[in-house]
Amino acid sequence: MQKIQNNKAWFVVLPVLVLVAFSAVIPLMTVVNYAFNDTFGNNEFFWAGLEWFDEMIHSDRLHGALGRQALFSAIILAIEIPLGIFVALNMPKRGFWASVVLVLMALPLLIPFNVVGTIWQIFARMDIGLLGHTLAALGIDYNYTNDPIDAWATVVVMDVWHWTSLVALLCYAGLQSIPEAYYQAARIDQASRWAAFRYIELPKMKGVLLIAVLLRFMDSFMIYTEPFVVTGGGPGNSTTFLSIDLVKMAVGQFDLGPAAAFSLMYFLVILLVSWVFYTVMTAEDEEGQP
Amino acid sequence: MNTRTLVMVLYLLFLLIPIYWLLNMSLKTNAEITGSFTLFPHDLTLRNYRVILTDPSWYMGYVNSIIYVVMNTVISIAVALPAAYAFSRYSFMGDKHLFFWLLTNRMSPPAVFALPFFQLYSSVGLFDTHIAVALAHCLFNVPLAVWILEGFMRGVPKEIDETAYIDGYSFPRFFIRIFMPLIASGIGVAAFFCFMFSWVELLLSRTLTSVNAKPIAATMTRTVSASGMDWGVLAAAGVLTIVPGALVIWFVRNYIAKGFALGRV
Repeated sequence: MQKIQNNKAWFVVLPVLVLVAFSAVIPLMTVVNYAFNDTFGNNEFFWAGLEWFDEMIHSDRLHGALGRQALFSAIILAIEIPLGIFVALNMPKRGFWASVVLVLMALPLLIPFNVVGTIWQIFARMDIGLLGHTLAALGIDYNYTNDPIDAWATVVVMDVWHWTSLVALLCYAGLQSIPEAYYQAARIDQASRWAAFRYIELPKMKGVLLIAVLLRFMDSFMIYTEPFVVTGGGPGNSTTFLSIDLVKMAVGQFDLGPAAAFSLMYFLVILLVSWVFYTVMTAEDEEGQP
Repeated sequence: MNTRTLVMVLYLLFLLIPIYWLLNMSLKTNAEITGSFTLFPHDLTLRNYRVILTDPSWYMGYVNSIIYVVMNTVISIAVALPAAYAFSRYSFMGDKHLFFWLLTNRMSPPAVFALPFFQLYSSVGLFDTHIAVALAHCLFNVPLAVWILEGFMRGVPKEIDETAYIDGYSFPRFFIRIFMPLIASGIGVAAFFCFMFSWVELLLSRTLTSVNAKPIAATMTRTVSASGMDWGVLAAAGVLTIVPGALVIWFVRNYIAKGFALGRV
């Protein structure tokens, strides 16, 4: 659509600008303030320059959290994206059952994050949980509070449970937009199931898959509540991801300087990825328009 | 049964069994939960729900959550509507940058904002009020609402605007009488998503409240640590948090993907 050039539109956008600036820019400035200053209480600040950044960049603690975070996001994407596509391909296309399936699949997405944690905590416990009890009955040594591997497995399965439906729903929306004629053409050409997927369905899903990958990356990269409720970041530090570590540092230990420097670097990573996302997505949008 | 159905049944079982387990537990007595392992409640009881619905420190959590969630939804939609219209109809200086900046707020980790929010709202005397949480959640809900509404508004042909102006409608009258009914489903979807993301968020709402505006999610976490594990009540509280989403999801089922994709499907 051809848009009209009109700078007065700024006035209409102004409320959003003011509101979001109040809840984003002002707090961020506080963070910047802490990141470059040292404080001994009483509102006295001393210029610390890049000291905190230097400290955080060389801290093993941050490297550990970042490594775990990157591994977690990679595992999540590797499982959820293919599984989501697979589920979307098998969803009923229309009718009453399609609606029922849609609603049931969306259910995990609407559960408060800490309740997701609670559900899995209850479900996976050895004494009272169905999963933990069944695994124990099968003779598998499973204990997510003591064993790091089990804790990881629990957190990953929980995230797959929570978010795979999102990928599937997005892919399903992409698949719905493919006209029936494409499939008829494929049948006439006697294309295999794989060829139909590779040359018809996958290209049509490209746009939504892009969104799915980036949403899942973002949200898994800032995951906090679910693993915090289930494992509390433990055992040891084995499931302490970036956000958990940051909250521990800022609110738990009140190390404001390092925590602020950490926040800013964390935020810059997110900003960079958002920018890539936005650029690719707007390019995609323009391509899609005739 | 063909493979398609089999895959779907298996996947839905995977999704629903943990939820069933929570529901199952909420209907058991604590003696049954810890004493014996049963697949369904033998000694069916509604005691856990009665505890929550009669104790103000429990049910006020739900009331608080609903108050700030509704406030947030109303504020978000009210400011996002005109902005989304501007983005969908006009190009102006810096519009692309502004749109991108809004997106970054949807993507920024709440953990980064938790502490500064706490200090900001404490210093202006809003700590532990509903409006503080509602405003804090605007951080990610306003951008979301703008994006979703813009997606819907792009589908309305511009000729409608022009015809209305020729017919002598002023902008506010046109917007409320003609334009808003046309994108009513979009407004509904945006409102649903604002409601939902505000409802599921815990980190900010817990940081910004202590007693008077404490959300149900925070009530749950505190009770777990303090009362020596009242599993039945915990499960019942969990079930009750799922109910609001489950009630309205049927109405937006065809737009779920669009909402999650920020209006880009």
